[in-house]
Amino acid sequence: MSSSPTAAPAIELIGIDKKFGAVHANKNINLTVAKGSIHGIIGENGAGKSTLMSILYGFYQADGGSIRINGKDTVIHDSQAAISAGIGMVHQHFMLVENFSVLENVILGVERGALLGRGVSDARSALKRLEADYGLEVDPDAIIEELPVGLQQRVEILKALYRGAEILILDEPTGVLTPAEADHLFRILGVLRDQGKTIILITHKLREIMAITDTVSVMRRGEMVATRKTSETTVEELAELMVGRRVLLRVEKGPAAPSDVVLSVRNLTVKDSRGVTMVDNVSFDVRAGEVVGIAGVAGNGQSELLEAITGIRKPVSGEILMHGKPVTGFDAARLRALGIGHIPEDRHHMGLVLGFEENENSVLGYHRDDRYGKGPFLNLDACRDDAKAKIEKYDIRPPNCRLKTANFSGGNQQKIVVAREIERDPSLLVVGQPTRGVDIGAIEFIHRRLIAMRDAGKAVLLVSVELDEIRSLSDRILVMFAGHVVGEKTPDTGEQTLGLMMAGIAA
Amino acid sequence: MENLDIISILGSTIRLSIPLIFTALAGLFTERAGVFDIGLEGKMLFSAFAAAVAAFMTGSPWIGLLAGIAVSVLISLIHGFASITNRGNQIVSGVAINFLASGLTAVLGQAWFSQGGRTPPLSPSARFTEIVFPYANQLRDTGFIGRFYANVISGHNILTYIAFLAVPASWWILYRTRFGLRLRAVGENPGAVDTAGISVTWLRYRATICAGILCGCSGTYLAIAQSAGFVKDMSAGKGFIALAALIFAKWRPVPVMLACLLFGFLDAFANFMQGKNVPGIGEVPVQIFQALPYVLTCVLLAGFIGVARPPKAGGVPYVKER
Repeated sequence: MSSSPTAAPAIELIGIDKKFGAVHANKNINLTVAKGSIHGIIGENGAGKSTLMSILYGFYQADGGSIRINGKDTVIHDSQAAISAGIGMVHQHFMLVENFSVLENVILGVERGALLGRGVSDARSALKRLEADYGLEVDPDAIIEELPVGLQQRVEILKALYRGAEILILDEPTGVLTPAEADHLFRILGVLRDQGKTIILITHKLREIMAITDTVSVMRRGEMVATRKTSETTVEELAELMVGRRVLLRVEKGPAAPSDVVLSVRNLTVKDSRGVTMVDNVSFDVRAGEVVGIAGVAGNGQSELLEAITGIRKPVSGEILMHGKPVTGFDAARLRALGIGHIPEDRHHMGLVLGFEENENSVLGYHRDDRYGKGPFLNLDACRDDAKAKIEKYDIRPPNCRLKTANFSGGNQQKIVVAREIERDPSLLVVGQPTRGVDIGAIEFIHRRLIAMRDAGKAVLLVSVELDEIRSLSDRILVMFAGHVVGEKTPDTGEQTLGLMMAGIAA
Repeated sequence: MENLDIISILGSTIRLSIPLIFTALAGLFTERAGVFDIGLEGKMLFSAFAAAVAAFMTGSPWIGLLAGIAVSVLISLIHGFASITNRGNQIVSGVAINFLASGLTAVLGQAWFSQGGRTPPLSPSARFTEIVFPYANQLRDTGFIGRFYANVISGHNILTYIAFLAVPASWWILYRTRFGLRLRAVGENPGAVDTAGISVTWLRYRATICAGILCGCSGTYLAIAQSAGFVKDMSAGKGFIALAALIFAKWRPVPVMLACLLFGFLDAFANFMQGKNVPGIGEVPVQIFQALPYVLTCVLLAGFIGVARPPKAGGVPYVKER
């Protein structure tokens, strides 16, 4: 830590309180952030981290409490006030105009005059300076949508610095980054701290906290429950503080007992909607009673592979067999009838209709089943009773099957999907990113259910970009790179070996 | 005369394109700011009526223009109040404005003037009349260039020239000013504008006001420049053609002008072909030619122009996410 004890803290939040209707998002929060430090704020989804930071950035108004910046009482009634107080924020969903150039995004809101000419040339030289000072390289004339995500994030950081930010808030910055990009980001944050900037890092990933922060504060259900020096705490303690009970970070499981082949993929080739070959001549089997994990950096064909197996995308060539019978090109409904369950990668896009009530999503895709109605009619009571039973069994909160699905937290939404697919008792469960954007408590639960499926003699095909998840759940690991399966490994293979394979460097 | 009189077709192309250019530029401003504006048609009609009434009452075309603009801006503000402030559905609000315009102008016209929804014919001094450029009359008979100068370049009213000036002006505002940068940003990602400390609401209101002014010019042109008074439903779908031109031009000012000229040309061509023999076919029903702009719109929008990517935040009221 480079802060001296006499300097006023960069930020003091005193008694911050915020309610959204009945939801008490922030309860009397106190937080002190030392100047020139990296301060982590950790908590499950919905713990109130983002709300707190949005208040600091002037996006919302607190109902009570006060804010001190560098020891001075500061009223932040809008983002403009936050910016002039030297606060910059890198949002989880980037606040960039995608068809603008880097330069246009940087000057938006600080154009220096009604005409653009001078502001643009000022910004161009300022970007050069920032690039030299902090190693933040980016082509000022590049169009945002043509940049990789990591560089887009860099533009967000540049935006904040160009506005003179001394305090930088990053909201879940690594959610969209590859491991290499995340490492690069952490190096940049280290440089910024060493140059005297104060950084607040919001995340729910414990590893990031341990890797980069100086101090960490834990939030749970709208309250600030603890603040620790990072060097004096452990992952286990933080997990327990976040969830409020002891959490198993590793999945407990016995050895697998694989039996008959359930799914066979033979020389499968799949193209995406642009006509690019995403899966190239891939073959593998999944047996009953085993979890086969597919590791890989996002975008190496895993999504298209899942879509082909679950009947969403027609393969160009190759064969898919279920229990030895060809099912290539069957549509999703037919495959479901044959016993394929599918937990899609993106629950908002493919797994749920967010505007529907919970019980409607709970039967969606299986609504033609006899137990949910006759002919064209749905038996709503049956649907709701069924949903209630799943809510009970999967501990979905709040336990209200009439609530709109959008009002559930990410973890609970995912549980709705998991419950729907597992309770149908499929012989093959195809799972994509089962815990993306899901909090620790729910991750533990979902992992246990997946292992229970395996132990019940089902075949499980798991795709995840989280290497930890792949390694702890799988019995065999296939690594995908550029549309090919580049190798098969056992789960005790080191992270480094797998990482090199995922990068296409080793086989 | 059976031969193709290209000069007279071009001259009337210009005249028929002007309301389209004004209206499509109006749509450009709101839609680039993320507010869909299907009520362009209604705004034209309202401002045509207001301009005709004011010009008739005062005898001044300029007061007519001011009235046309004022009413059109007012309607724009209503659209803004419904769709920006109250986050209503922008399409529904626009459709409502169109219905209101069609009904209310006819009813008021009938109530005030008792001429079946028309306004009384205007004297030339209450209209925008043709401006004749220097030597235009002398050059009229001096070959193609002279005729082009006299009939296509010269001989239009002041609003025509304003419309052609409005094209580079719109380009300059959108791409060279702070307001334009912010306007384009708010149509793509209002969150980026909000987090930059700029009011999304005020910005979108200003964009709709710009549209109101341009639609006001367009309606005024219809009523007191092209015609000598207001006629019920005189906008005749031009607001929708302008919208098609806007999409065809992918929301960019200069292509908007070219698209409007193309639609204007087809319209002029249809008029010209009225009652004329097509070699080898004979007389073709005029409806075929009149349908051409609409057929072209369908064909072009159905895929000949490639992907027309609308402003990303278009049609979506801005709500801070929780």
